Amino acid sequence: MFKLKTLFVAALLALSLGTATAPDAHAADKYITVASTTSTANSGLFDFLLPKFTEKTGIEVRVVAVGTGKAIKLARNGDADVLFVHHKPSEQKFIADGMGVKRFDVMYNDFVMVGPKSDPAGVKGAKMAADGLKKIAASKSPFASRGDNSGTNKKELELWKGAGIDPTGADNKWYSATGSGMGATLNVASGMNAYSLTDRATWLKFKNKGDLEIVLEGDPVLFNQYGIILVNPKKHPHVKVGLGQTFIDWVIGKEGQGLINEYKILGNQAFFANAQPGT
Amino acid sequence: MSGDIAMPAPRAAAATTLATAPSILPLRVENVCFDAGGKRLIDEMSFTLDAGTRTVILGPNGAGKSLTLRLCHGLLTPSAGRVMWQGAGKHNPMRRQAMVFQRPVLLRRTVAQNIDYALKLHGVPRAARGPIIDDVLSRTGLTRFAKSPARHLSGGEQQKLSLARAWATKPEVLFLDEPTASLDPAATHAVENIIDTMHAEGTRIVMTTHDLGQARRHADEVLFINKGRLMEKTPIEDFFNAPKSGEAAAFLKGELRW
Amino acid sequence: MTDITEAFATALHLLVSLDANLVEIVGLSLQVSLSAVALAVLIGLPLGAWLALFKFPGRNAVIVFLNALMGLPPVVVGLVVYLMLSRSGPLGVLGLLFTPTAMIIAQAILVTPIVAALTRQVVADLWVEYSEQMRSMGATPLGAIPALLYDARFTLVTAVLAGFGRASAEVGAVMIVGGNIDHVTRMMTTAIALEVSKGDLALALGLGIVLITLSLIINAATHTVKVRAEAVWT
Repeated sequence: MFKLKTLFVAALLALSLGTATAPDAHAADKYITVASTTSTANSGLFDFLLPKFTEKTGIEVRVVAVGTGKAIKLARNGDADVLFVHHKPSEQKFIADGMGVKRFDVMYNDFVMVGPKSDPAGVKGAKMAADGLKKIAASKSPFASRGDNSGTNKKELELWKGAGIDPTGADNKWYSATGSGMGATLNVASGMNAYSLTDRATWLKFKNKGDLEIVLEGDPVLFNQYGIILVNPKKHPHVKVGLGQTFIDWVIGKEGQGLINEYKILGNQAFFANAQPGT
Repeated sequence: MSGDIAMPAPRAAAATTLATAPSILPLRVENVCFDAGGKRLIDEMSFTLDAGTRTVILGPNGAGKSLTLRLCHGLLTPSAGRVMWQGAGKHNPMRRQAMVFQRPVLLRRTVAQNIDYALKLHGVPRAARGPIIDDVLSRTGLTRFAKSPARHLSGGEQQKLSLARAWATKPEVLFLDEPTASLDPAATHAVENIIDTMHAEGTRIVMTTHDLGQARRHADEVLFINKGRLMEKTPIEDFFNAPKSGEAAAFLKGELRW
Repeated sequence: MTDITEAFATALHLLVSLDANLVEIVGLSLQVSLSAVALAVLIGLPLGAWLALFKFPGRNAVIVFLNALMGLPPVVVGLVVYLMLSRSGPLGVLGLLFTPTAMIIAQAILVTPIVAALTRQVVADLWVEYSEQMRSMGATPLGAIPALLYDARFTLVTAVLAGFGRASAEVGAVMIVGGNIDHVTRMMTTAIALEVSKGDLALALGLGIVLITLSLIINAATHTVKVRAEAVWT
């Protein structure tokens, strides 16, 4: 029994020592919490951008990367200081509801449609996203959707609407809503050899492409605009206004914008800075 | 093989210690009944136990011998009637008693720690426990097992430990429920010797047994119970030679139905 | 098949090179899960013992409920804890969301029912064996609890290990209340989920192999000590 007790006590000691170090040290540092999306985080942009901000200002940026719907909910609840997502209508509603101070454009990237190399629906060659979607629906080719209320998902549903199709009916067995993030959905698409809609940055970095490739791109309607908003301290007094505003100013300022344009995935520019000057 | 049955020497000191604590005897059992599962298992039992005598409870299977022990000791509460120890209002009578069961109940600790636990429950300060433990271990021949896991001992040694544990708390009354029923003759003999020594030092013994020879050798009086009723309370030799009740006579001949 | 072989290669590389990121993530995982288990033991052991020994009206219902709690879905627990700790929630002022403390709380909620339910069972069984002798010696059921728990220590170790297994394997709760923030709340399981979402299945599997190896080591060590001790004491 002596040995058993020692093991237990040793474990507890190691524990308390561990607790005394690392994460508690963060509590004393300056930091802000940014609610953003999995697609943005998975693109690697934050890993590139944020250390440079921290180096300059000493402010740590903690990103909670979830679906757009969840990110907006977090910001509404005051669980984040800054909201950084890519669905303008939702962001404008956020401001209209008084939950945010002001919305700034930051950058854009684009969505692309991916599908099997064999292209059973014959999407390749279509210039407009709506045409591509019509072909997929007509041929009942498998399509994997995020179905998770994210910015990508909302964009996808808007495109279907624009093509005059409602894919979500129960009869449409070719349409699969995974209820997951972009990566998980692409995993499903890859496994099923299905079509899907994804942001270019995630696609470039995605490592499980399987038999899929880009089948449609360039339609202006696939434009993906990012916006950044400070959570309203009048609604949530604990919001770190000073630190948060510093971050926003930096992101839409010369340095942040320049770095956004510098970020490359596999040699390709992934994001295009477009903050309005003088905002 | 119990080579270590050196007859423990009576302690004069122990007798004084027992005498200075307020005595809980005599025990008066008045019209005690015990019901369980819709049946009356003990029916209007009344008797008195005085200091000094060794009582053995005899009776056929299911007569209620074990129940009687437990009712006296306080492990069970009577459904009717009273179990009255002397001075029960002023202090807890159970503290001055101890019980040993047919199968020894020992904790997963060393032999010494088992005794230590009993002493702790009796409020003996830590500093005082060591000498007491050493003493009872030596008097029961278990000294060399002090640091052994209690459950590694043989059946006989475990029962001796149960007695040592009881002895350590200097009980005024010791209840024993068929203490040697599971033991071989040598262990039985050793256990009987310990019980006799405890009695010699002032502990009153109340025991149940199926072994009539054992009863005859080690008891002064018999409580004969049948079907939950006390049939007779008789001095030992009178019981074996001329039992008062017909049931007792049949029982001694091995002809009593249960 | 190549994903799997790549995974083993990745796992080996990570372990041998003692990748700094990996060490950080493993450290946090151990810290959170072990803390959660410690908390669960502090609450679950006395709770289980008390349920074993004391009768009260509705006791059976409580026991059934406790046993059912062992199957709590982690993601549901995570959601409830999030709602409690959110700035808009009742405990928001504590500012615990997205910290390791929140993760410890969530995991403790998952582990406590296991520890309590198993403790209850083993103490109840022990009391059947010991109650007469212990009461004869002057122990009250309440006072007997420490001795009973000590006597049941080997079975309890198994219960604790089961709790630890549940904590270190779950991802749903810690993902929601922790936020999987790099260098702050990223644990083994959330890191694996992240790599899966990026499509980096080999790395995800590699991390999974590291996690399983760790679990194996902990269980092997505890088992060896326990078996040796048990042989002596039972």
